[in-house]
Amino acid sequence: MKTATKYALGILLVIAMFVLAIVVNPNAAFGGTDDLIRSIIQRINPGYSSWFTPIWEPKPEVATLLFAVQAAIGAFVIGYFIGYMRAKTKAQKEKD
Amino acid sequence: MHISEGFLPLFWCIFWYILAIPFVIWGARNVSKIYRERPEQKLTLAVAGAFIFVLSSLKLPSVTGSTSHPTGTGLAAILYGPATTALLSTIVLVFQALLLAHGGITTLGADVFSMGIVGPAVGYFAFKLLRSLRVRIGIQVFVAAVLSDLMTYVVTSLQLALAYPATGGVQESFLIFLGVFLVTQIPLAIAEGILFTIFFDYLSKSRPKLIAQQFGDER
Repeated sequence: MKTATKYALGILLVIAMFVLAIVVNPNAAFGGTDDLIRSIIQRINPGYSSWFTPIWEPKPEVATLLFAVQAAIGAFVIGYFIGYMRAKTKAQKEKD
Repeated sequence: MHISEGFLPLFWCIFWYILAIPFVIWGARNVSKIYRERPEQKLTLAVAGAFIFVLSSLKLPSVTGSTSHPTGTGLAAILYGPATTALLSTIVLVFQALLLAHGGITTLGADVFSMGIVGPAVGYFAFKLLRSLRVRIGIQVFVAAVLSDLMTYVVTSLQLALAYPATGGVQESFLIFLGVFLVTQIPLAIAEGILFTIFFDYLSKSRPKLIAQQFGDER
């Protein structure tokens, strides 16, 4: 099997796992585990309330934007690296 | 693994900060050493950090009907060890704590300790062990990435259990927290393992010298 085919199959498998997660849970809310933990803490420890609140909390839309910015920064660096390596390999071949 | 702001008692906030800080300083020294002595590694280091940026920004659906974050620390752990990964994770966690109110400044020490230190350390040592057993390279990377992710959440569960023992003690609440995290996390960890196995294979084909150098003189 060609390397590119193997990579594509691997990535498809990953995507399939997430599609499956959504398909088998048609009615789930898909809440974050981090948020779930807060309610469990209060169940185990009924008197507990947070003693420090975030200095600044973005509105949901702005939070989505900032999460996207975080992902974009990372994706940019990975894309830059792959492009850089590709051009370098090509230049090397042309020199030889 | 992001413990919400204010959701650890002050004692535990300080406790985890004290344990995490030396590793972050060690990581900063590692990074400046890479910049001084092996500048050709800079780009790969940036890519290892970039994976933490991308993957920890995602909330992925799991078969349990909840979502959770992958950690993205596997590649950094394998290539540069847990201390350097601690520094990279700290950058991401500070970004999320200050700009996204995700995690928090009071819980930063605990979050760095789980995601940046123990998770990657277990991944790193598993990688070394499988390497000495001459298991296939793909399996080494896969196991290291999966463990870096899963162990992060095991540590988070332990941190929460220590701070909030149930009536049956720390052990009982550890199992409660682990029950919330672990099952949700398993498919995400496997997905991360597959992605890193692919990327590492690509890396060792496109930069064979760099990979050889990294594993040749790494302690």
